[in-house]
Amino acid sequence: MVVVFGKGLVKDYSNFRAVDNINFEINKGECYGFLGPNGAGKTTVMRMIYCFTLPTKGELKVFGMDVYKDARLIKAKVGVMPQDDNLDIDLTVIENLIVYGRYFDIPKKVSKTKAIKLLEFVGLVDKADISIQKLSGGMRRRLLLARALINDPELLILDEPTVGLDPHSRHILWDSLKVLKSKGVTIIVTTHYMEEAEEICDYVAFMESGRIIIVDKPLNLTKRFGGNLEKVFMKLTEKH
Amino acid sequence: MSLKKAIRVWQRHFTLYRKIFKSSLVLNFVDPILYLAALGLGLGFFIKDINGIPYLRFIAPGIIASSAMFATVYECTYGTYVRMHYQKTFDAILSAPINIYELITGEILWGATKSAFYGLSIIIVISFFGLVDSILIVLLIPILFISGVIFAQLSLIAVALVPAIDSFNYFYTLFITPMFLFSGIFFPLEGFPPIVSSIAFLTPLYHIVNISRALAFGELTIWEDLIWLLVVCLILTPVSYKLMKRRVMT
Repeated sequence: MVVVFGKGLVKDYSNFRAVDNINFEINKGECYGFLGPNGAGKTTVMRMIYCFTLPTKGELKVFGMDVYKDARLIKAKVGVMPQDDNLDIDLTVIENLIVYGRYFDIPKKVSKTKAIKLLEFVGLVDKADISIQKLSGGMRRRLLLARALINDPELLILDEPTVGLDPHSRHILWDSLKVLKSKGVTIIVTTHYMEEAEEICDYVAFMESGRIIIVDKPLNLTKRFGGNLEKVFMKLTEKH
Repeated sequence: MSLKKAIRVWQRHFTLYRKIFKSSLVLNFVDPILYLAALGLGLGFFIKDINGIPYLRFIAPGIIASSAMFATVYECTYGTYVRMHYQKTFDAILSAPINIYELITGEILWGATKSAFYGLSIIIVISFFGLVDSILIVLLIPILFISGVIFAQLSLIAVALVPAIDSFNYFYTLFITPMFLFSGIFFPLEGFPPIVSSIAFLTPLYHIVNISRALAFGELTIWEDLIWLLVVCLILTPVSYKLMKRRVMT
């Protein structure tokens, strides 16, 4: 089943073209990575998928629904873990989840139960009532993941989920993502860490200057170009 | 646009405010009490009355109006800017099923709530000092909500236009402070050339001060000023939404 379908997708900003006529298909239960140098258009693609910003041109369907018309219905089924830490710093760990759940019209009682489950899932349940200002960087990323899951999303969008984390924290997060994948959650991720892409992605799309230059399984790419995915990245981006 | 979704945004602000409410509420009273003490008592010692009204009683209703204004304007300039730019709260909200119009409406409703709430708390304080004659002053609270919508929208227009947070200095120095001084809170404007009253007529604070003073003295001569506020509220709505949408979405 196709969860996200993009065709001839274009996004123009006032003075440049961020996404330039791309096509892609993401299937249910897949983890799909958008890779590429800074400014390649990865974040813009994701922002269009979770209906933060509208495409300038082209077709984009999420769960078969049109992003131009059904943004609210799409958003209800999507969880977003942003690149910037935008937790509410004046609230406690669990309050962050409950307040966010309210945006999805989840009643407080339900979201409280859910929040505790999610905190168990990301290993923060003993921190539920402390201020988030006392959390480490890794814990804050895990809380952002828990927040993205408050609406039981079928599609999870992660923008550089492990940026700035130590290897241990990173592995904890990867393990959580693998559990979600095994439950059938579709995941879209951008990352600059090639070993992260190799670890969690079924497919990767390399982007440069707003275009997708190649899409394949990480293993196929490393076979075809030799070396690991980092070498592939270097080769692909020097060619263009 | 769903009002329910806008209220979700309002609820988020309310949840946060409740946490800091106790520590900030006392501070809210300091400013108006300072004005009343310094000007009302200090200057009032030399100015016995204005148009037959003891000076302290003359300025007290205006202080209610200006306190409500400052509460909204601080919230919807610095507060909104921090949420939008530094804390990226807007990005978090817009990733949920809430659209930009609902987000802006939530900001405005919250600003207006603060206006009404601060107005109410100042009314309680000055009534305690016996500076309000009439119970009609309670009618001021919903009217402060309306003027709060206006000040919230003006603040959001400033948010949409400033290049950086420091630039709010221009908004305060060139707009808010002159409006505060020349809105008829501290002295009637008749002493100035007519141009001053004409300019004051164009500012919202002047009208809310008129309304507050009338109600404090038990008069219902508020209709012209109220209509002015409602009309301006309607005029500002498309402007503030359009500019804020452009600022947030690009």
